[in-house]
Amino acid sequence: MTVILGQMFTGVSIGAVLLLIALGLSLTFGQMNVINMAHGEFIMAGAYTTYVLQKSIAGAGLSLIVALPVAFLVSGALGALLEWLLIRRLYLRPLDTLLVTWGVSLMLQQLARDIFGAPNVQTRAPDVLTGNITVIGGDDPLTFASSRLFILGLAVAAVVALSLTLRLTPLGRRIRAVVQNRDLAEVSGISTGRVDLTAFFIGSGLAGIAGVALTLVGPIGPTMGTNVIIDAFLVIVVGGIGQLKGSVIVAFVLGVLQSVLEYSTTVSVAKVLVLVAIVAFLQWRPQGLYTVRTRSLV
Amino acid sequence: MTTTTPQVPSVKQLRSPKGRLTFLRPAAGFAAAAVALFAVAPLALSDFRLGLLAKYLCTAMVAVGICLAWGRGGLLTLGQGVFFGLGGYAMAMHLKIADAGPGQVPDFMQLYGTATELPWWWRPFANPVFALAATVLLPMAVAAILGSFVFRRRVKGAYFAILSQALAAAFAIWLVGQQATTGGTNGLTDIQGFFGYDLDDPVNQRMVYFVIATVLLLLIALARQLIHSRYGELLVAVRDSEERVRFLGYNPANVKLVAYVVAAGMAGLAGALFVPAVGIISPALIGIVPSIELVIGAAVGGRASLVGAVLGAIAVAWARTALSEEFPAAWTYFQGLLFIVALAFLPGGLASLVGIVRRRRASRAPEGEAA
Repeated sequence: MTVILGQMFTGVSIGAVLLLIALGLSLTFGQMNVINMAHGEFIMAGAYTTYVLQKSIAGAGLSLIVALPVAFLVSGALGALLEWLLIRRLYLRPLDTLLVTWGVSLMLQQLARDIFGAPNVQTRAPDVLTGNITVIGGDDPLTFASSRLFILGLAVAAVVALSLTLRLTPLGRRIRAVVQNRDLAEVSGISTGRVDLTAFFIGSGLAGIAGVALTLVGPIGPTMGTNVIIDAFLVIVVGGIGQLKGSVIVAFVLGVLQSVLEYSTTVSVAKVLVLVAIVAFLQWRPQGLYTVRTRSLV
Repeated sequence: MTTTTPQVPSVKQLRSPKGRLTFLRPAAGFAAAAVALFAVAPLALSDFRLGLLAKYLCTAMVAVGICLAWGRGGLLTLGQGVFFGLGGYAMAMHLKIADAGPGQVPDFMQLYGTATELPWWWRPFANPVFALAATVLLPMAVAAILGSFVFRRRVKGAYFAILSQALAAAFAIWLVGQQATTGGTNGLTDIQGFFGYDLDDPVNQRMVYFVIATVLLLLIALARQLIHSRYGELLVAVRDSEERVRFLGYNPANVKLVAYVVAAGMAGLAGALFVPAVGIISPALIGIVPSIELVIGAAVGGRASLVGAVLGAIAVAWARTALSEEFPAAWTYFQGLLFIVALAFLPGGLASLVGIVRRRRASRAPEGEAA
């Protein structure tokens, strides 16, 4: 019993990491239809920000708390710069955007290698987040790693913050307006260019927060972004474009599926099986779990 | 939202206005390529350089398929490495079995596992005819299965690109995981013979080069025929406006499927010939990164132009060897810049420069052209 619960928890925590990574994408890819392959490198930027801050701020706990907003700003600024320099010119060519941002990601990886060196670095987690929390005691104990719980909390907080922003604030209203009908938004007096830039800033900033979270569960290295980005894109593809709830559900389902399959087979076989499951799922719902229904043919 | 790029020639532009003598131009180009590959290169290059050229030509074969699927069909396939790998592994498995000799298992199996006999799925590859057929048919079958699932349900554009990329990632991870039977991260290495010929012998290496050059020219000819056929025009039409083609009574899914499957077969063949030329096939050659690198050559040269894609692939592969040996860091920056410049500012690739220059000249002297 505890084995099953433990596996479920592992799955949920994989899902939480996946969700944090995919959340920014659900804004940039899901809402604005920009495939940003450099998103993984924005995650890396967030992780290295944590590393740098920890070197300059003594306490691991304090530096982690400071790192969250700073990483948001650093990655967000990188994203805004990318939008302003390149992506802006490519809104009508999504596939080319994919390859252009891949080029950007190559350069950012090399930049990280030149600054921080090719080998992975490690941050020290604060003491509060290093232990385990015992949920069920006794002979057959069930324990949850507290860092994983922290990430779960962070993911939930990020989802709530983003959906509230989209739903309640004037900025969110403008973003939704541009997503639903760009031309109509434009003639209604919304500066779509500025909305694009802001949305991209927020989406990339969320990648920075994901990067901070990743420092708690793994090493920081120049290629850490590439390893996670494909899974995150799959979350959006399966979840459907234009809505957050699809991404949330799919991230946790894929996390649990991955963890259960890994438990019953091996890591590599689990990856293949998850992909087969995704292709099969798209047979049933080619546009993803939730879609914004339109009459357009495309 | 369409992915149309203005620089890519439309169906109308494919037909030359002048008509008569233009059929000679491709024939002349073909002859020039044949002279360069069969006479100039073997005479001018050392054995080592010729071996490298053989490797680049394999990349060019993949680029021919990418030109067809992506340039003409709009299918951005970021998983050509999978098909390259399937072909490569099919060939390498046969050669490893042949190297080991009858009744023996390949060297790495003795090293990693305690296997004393071949796994069941290795056994058919002992037969050379089966292995050769598998190098092409296996990738085509995988592409056909995946493609028919994906295209039939109208999963397209970015979704398709991401799925094909995920396929490359999953395949590479799976290969690494099955170390006892696939050689894991190392792949299948140290291949000695090629259907009875010793690959250490420079004469035989030259023979492999000639085989590769011949196959490349054949594939280019095949792709040219396809592009200039009715099917080729239909493919461009699907790329530019899928819905219109559907309303005209065609099934775009089938049109795309053919391009995807043909491209997969070409990549498989390239992988199969890569193995004797280089002597190794490994997951590092077929994952996400190498798969996307196969696309960049075609993108730089010109995705919709066969000549552009092929020359671009060769040039990028050459630049990679030339630059990455001496300046690995600079090469990565350069490669990134190449992606950005080629796709953001010159989407038709270098091949489109020819058209741009020609159009400028034509607009400057319209009377002279007309006469």
